[in-house]
Amino acid sequence: MFGLEKKDTTLLILVAILTMAAPFILNPFPEGSGLAQFNAGYPDLMQRFVIFGIFAIGFNILFGLTGYLSFGHAAFLGVGSYSAVWMFKLLSMNIIPAIILSVIISGLFALVIGYVSLRRTGIYFSILTLAFAQMSFALAYSVLTPITNGETGLQLTLDDPRILGASATADGSIPVTNLFGLEMRSAFDLAVGPWTFTFSAGYYVCAVIMLLAFYLSIRIFRSPFGLMLRAIKSNQTRMNYTGLNPKPYTLAAFVISGMYAGLAGGLMASMDPLAGAERMQWTASGEVVLMTILGGAGTLIGPVLGAGAIKYMENIFSKINDNVLHGWFSFMPDGIENFMVAIVHPFVGKGWHLTLGIIFMLVVTFLPGGLVEGGQRVGKALRRNKDEDSKNASTEPAE
Amino acid sequence: MGILDVKDVGKRFGGLQALSDVNLSVKENTCHAIIGPNGAGKSTLLNCLVGKLIPDTGSVMFDGNSVLGRSPHEINQMGISRVFQTPEIFADLTVMENMMIPLFAKRDGAYRLHGIESVSSERELVSMAEQMLEDVNMLDKRHMHSASMSRGDKRRLEMAMCLVQNPKLLLLDEPTAGMARADTNNTIDLLKEIKEKRDITIAIIEHDMHVVFSLADRITVLAQGTPLVEDAPENIKGHPKVQEAYLGEAH
Repeated sequence: MFGLEKKDTTLLILVAILTMAAPFILNPFPEGSGLAQFNAGYPDLMQRFVIFGIFAIGFNILFGLTGYLSFGHAAFLGVGSYSAVWMFKLLSMNIIPAIILSVIISGLFALVIGYVSLRRTGIYFSILTLAFAQMSFALAYSVLTPITNGETGLQLTLDDPRILGASATADGSIPVTNLFGLEMRSAFDLAVGPWTFTFSAGYYVCAVIMLLAFYLSIRIFRSPFGLMLRAIKSNQTRMNYTGLNPKPYTLAAFVISGMYAGLAGGLMASMDPLAGAERMQWTASGEVVLMTILGGAGTLIGPVLGAGAIKYMENIFSKINDNVLHGWFSFMPDGIENFMVAIVHPFVGKGWHLTLGIIFMLVVTFLPGGLVEGGQRVGKALRRNKDEDSKNASTEPAE
Repeated sequence: MGILDVKDVGKRFGGLQALSDVNLSVKENTCHAIIGPNGAGKSTLLNCLVGKLIPDTGSVMFDGNSVLGRSPHEINQMGISRVFQTPEIFADLTVMENMMIPLFAKRDGAYRLHGIESVSSERELVSMAEQMLEDVNMLDKRHMHSASMSRGDKRRLEMAMCLVQNPKLLLLDEPTAGMARADTNNTIDLLKEIKEKRDITIAIIEHDMHVVFSLADRITVLAQGTPLVEDAPENIKGHPKVQEAYLGEAH
């Protein structure tokens, strides 16, 4: 189906079901219960899951397939955001032109940066991309203030022209982003018993775009182009002596992944129409590297899993403060309670990075293939058990 | 005039004159062996033919065109395929994927941003790859991860990857180095079969005299960067200069 093999179709359908049902799946705990803080089914976070999923899927096309590790992909995310916000300021609040422009502009950016950076390989390539990204960050932060509004960040104002829309709504406020009239922040709540599920238009727009992006990445993985990219990672000498020029392929992969990043940036601005220089900082570039490796570089679904895992930790773990911890351990005697809180404290709240770091180290050490490899191992173990069970079952009658 | 003409080629690395006044002509549809003691400049010469090195002097003409200054991928597109001393294959990919890459290179040129049709939908190329694998007795291994294969299999795969492109000239750099006797004999049989079945010119660098004398129609002996003699195999064996070069170096 859709020009995919059976296995890939199954994966795509599975991902489609999961993303469409995410408001339910991510909200398993009833409101008001002690575990409700682990619910991730609110629109803002779900949007972040899929947007960073797109970012990581694109990054994986470069890093996972060709092995070229870019440390500057956040630059394209930032460029995408700025382009989208400018589109909202100048043209209209419809997200479609904004997203199209952000993909085009970040693609052009990637073409220039990639053309220069790809003259080198390995660590030198990584450093070049990092340097470009930091330059972009510095430019956005200071020199290019007329375009980026410096450290305040680019925001919508009431006197923006918006040629195809209104500068302000009838009641004098800034109009909101929409898709042909469907407001991105509109949402609809469904209450079932103690649960409340929120279905946000913004989330579903992002989710559909992520599914399209995911589908495209599967097609790229399975295409001759994807095969060439894997060949580049495997053996460039053989590639050259087989009559192939690796450069155009790597550059194309770089531009495609830059456009994915721009798409993510554009979507980010479409959900919340502002753009700041900090989106381009090297920590943001590092984050997408972590996401891809944590999930499983070079696998189809890995980057999405990694993005989800990191964004979940960032938003959920960081909310657990000492009060919450005291609540958890309150059944213990006072002294032990305080002791337990003191032990757990560094790993949650502001210290969530510590948990992330430990998990990352464990995954890289024991599961070099990331969460996907973990899943495969579990699957294999289960299958082996089943095989043994059926063997036992079939031998029983003979005994 | 042969299909490959090397004229007055010289190459210097710092103080070492690796090649000087090399003249060599490989006739079409023959197997030409280049032998010589260690350090005679065999590999340097080969690297000058495939674009890895550019000679300081002289010219290298292939099929009427100069190869000098062209990059390895361009030279491959002219019709020269090279087998390395240690097999260079795409170790992360399966055998079948390894076979598909040279086929795409042959059909589509040095680079083409294909559509997003899947690799497996290229029926024609897939069947060509399978045919080639069958010819080298590797069809049963087509789904194997090529990194996990034995060295002999990797060599056969590399050879198959070169042959599937139907090159005019196949360059072999010590194709049996480090192989067991049985594998060496298999390789000889494979190369003999290729020679009979196809219109192909083979240039081979080899240490193993058994291989050289089983395959070569013509032999050039290289010593200290210059060709010593060029003759038919039967005349080379007893040639006094050759024995001198080998014995003088070895003992």
